[in-house]
Amino acid sequence: MATLELSSVRKSFGATNVIHGIDLAIAHGEFCVFVGPSGCGKSTLLRMIAGLESVSGGEVRIDGKRVNELGASERGLAMVFQSYALYPHMSVRKNLSFGLENVRMPQAEIDRRVAEAARMLRLEPYLERRPGALSGGQRQRVAIGRAVVREPKIFLFDEPLSNLDAELRVRMRAELGALHERIGNTMIYVTHDQVEAMTLADRIAVLRDGRCEQFAAPLELYNAPANEFVAGFIGSPRMNFLKGTLAAAGAGDASVALAVGGEVHATGLTAAGAKRPTAGEPVTLGVRPEHLQLVAPGAGQADMKVDLTEQLGGESYIYGSLAEGATLVVRLAGQTRIERGQSVGVDFAGSSSLHLFDGEGKALARRTA
Amino acid sequence: MGRAIAFLTRTRNPGRVDWTDLLAYAYLVLGVLLILAPVVWLFVSSFKSQRALIESDPRFLPYEQVTAVLPGSSRPVNLVEWTAPDGTTRILAQLRLSGANVVLADPAKPDETFQVPRRDTRPHEIVRARFENYSEPTLGGGAAGTFRFGLYFGNSVFVTVVATLMTLAISSMAAFALAKYRFAGRDVFMLLIVATLLMPATVILVPLFIVVKNFGMLDSLWGVIIPGAATPTGVFLLRQYMLTIPDELIEAARMDSASEWKIYYKIVLPLALPAIAVLAILSIIWRWNDFLWPLVVLSRSETFTLQLGLSSFKGEMLDATHYLLAMTVLTLLPVTFVFAFLQKYITTGIANTGMK
Repeated sequence: MATLELSSVRKSFGATNVIHGIDLAIAHGEFCVFVGPSGCGKSTLLRMIAGLESVSGGEVRIDGKRVNELGASERGLAMVFQSYALYPHMSVRKNLSFGLENVRMPQAEIDRRVAEAARMLRLEPYLERRPGALSGGQRQRVAIGRAVVREPKIFLFDEPLSNLDAELRVRMRAELGALHERIGNTMIYVTHDQVEAMTLADRIAVLRDGRCEQFAAPLELYNAPANEFVAGFIGSPRMNFLKGTLAAAGAGDASVALAVGGEVHATGLTAAGAKRPTAGEPVTLGVRPEHLQLVAPGAGQADMKVDLTEQLGGESYIYGSLAEGATLVVRLAGQTRIERGQSVGVDFAGSSSLHLFDGEGKALARRTA
Repeated sequence: MGRAIAFLTRTRNPGRVDWTDLLAYAYLVLGVLLILAPVVWLFVSSFKSQRALIESDPRFLPYEQVTAVLPGSSRPVNLVEWTAPDGTTRILAQLRLSGANVVLADPAKPDETFQVPRRDTRPHEIVRARFENYSEPTLGGGAAGTFRFGLYFGNSVFVTVVATLMTLAISSMAAFALAKYRFAGRDVFMLLIVATLLMPATVILVPLFIVVKNFGMLDSLWGVIIPGAATPTGVFLLRQYMLTIPDELIEAARMDSASEWKIYYKIVLPLALPAIAVLAILSIIWRWNDFLWPLVVLSRSETFTLQLGLSSFKGEMLDATHYLLAMTVLTLLPVTFVFAFLQKYITTGIANTGMK
């Protein structure tokens, strides 16, 4: 059993605050991903959990026990570094066994665990090699193996796949998922890649500027983002946002007067958050590219001039601009005949999924498919 | 051998000799001569006789005047080559000078003397390497009786080995802390340590002497070893190298439950090996060749290092340059071997191959 709790954890370097009080509770066996743009503090947070950075305020608890004062070597965690950080002067076998020797484990047990990890990660042919003689993917597996043999309470991954090429990354991603299935330990994984986050995580913590914007299951983040930032960060291409004013708001419907002209009347809305929408307040309308529909010019709430079409075969993306420089992306299933320079109408009201955010970016109401 | 020849005959473009090749090789040959010539001169001169050295014989090979003891005499006399007017040469004993002439005799018939012009004679010399220059100071005998090579060599080895080990231990630990730990005043400490480089050794000679004297370390090898054990050069050199060891390696070791000591000797030391080899070579050369500080500390000949021992060959009443040169050659050998052995570690940088 290994649970991790962070309660109002803070970090400052001198006068600069980088983590502004984060509360998280991660259950045993959970695969938790910290995701966010670079500089959001996700790696720092991971290093604080690891014990490599001191905690400036708040409390880190592992299994309910405060570990703020414990050094990295005493917390019983294992970490996979972005650069792998394999010991270059040791063979793969020594790299794997180094941590076990440090805790004075009997040699027979060390051998058993190293053999087990080598088998699991298909490293057996390379055990006597030095890291310099391995390919990127093999080094990555050694780095993971080094964590696996420790049988740690919690695995920490700091952007472990970012140095691999695209194909290998996809494969290692699947292997990591399988590894979690098999050993079932708590894992914390830092990445800036939302695809990794969405595919691997049980729950995702979206971080921005040292704050946790939302901590929820992947699809919940997608379907019910708590704010405009999360809505924009999760999903690719990102959600379309259009500024507007709330013209009228009822119990389950609302009318938004778009800044680019036109009015969207959306029905079937459910409130998100405690705040009641009030008429006249500035709002942002968010619609994902896959939830927009293209109609004949003039038939929708707005008309769009097509700037670019991307045809991927199975799907197509239409990039267009509305009046006043607002841009919009629409995803169409299959292939399309729409060409650059053409004018099309966009239907918001008919979208299967709509989000309304208030002036501060907080979610007001949404309609989900 | 074939590879050596291939290496030494490399040109800019394979198979073609460019004028830049000629320039490059000329420059290299000049460099080799500049560095090697004094050493070769020393080596050859170490086989010369005391007389040739006192006369500053400019010839390259060790020539030696041949002498003979004539029947009915106990004193050896020099032999000369006399060229007779008919062009034949004979080897004769030179008995004495007489104005512009020289009195000669056949060594077999010393009573039949005759005079010839001095310009017709020249010394009879042969090339002979005097291995006695080496054997007498080391094995005893000859005029080198008070020189105890074995003792001095032992002292020098002790000072060099112990001092180098201490220097490596102190410098590497200090460098590790200064390179890899974040603590208040780290940069100030580093600056202070480097600033001591600006202090000439002669300035602190007397204060250091007083300190060593009050610690009762005069006339002891420890008095030579300890004051110089921590060198700012060593700390600086190792610290700069250790800065290139990625922090993540040390953090990874910490995650692997390694103690700080273990990180130091299992991770940092092996990775800093190239720099440590450099420092080891430097330290060995400094310590082996050090003369001034041992001269200040040591006054009993039982504690002399080789360098001090060598100086005893050159005194107000004594000129044993032949021994001095021979022992200098012997003194050079250990450092040469150390360098040849350690220099391969300098080039084997392995620090970054485990990353990315």
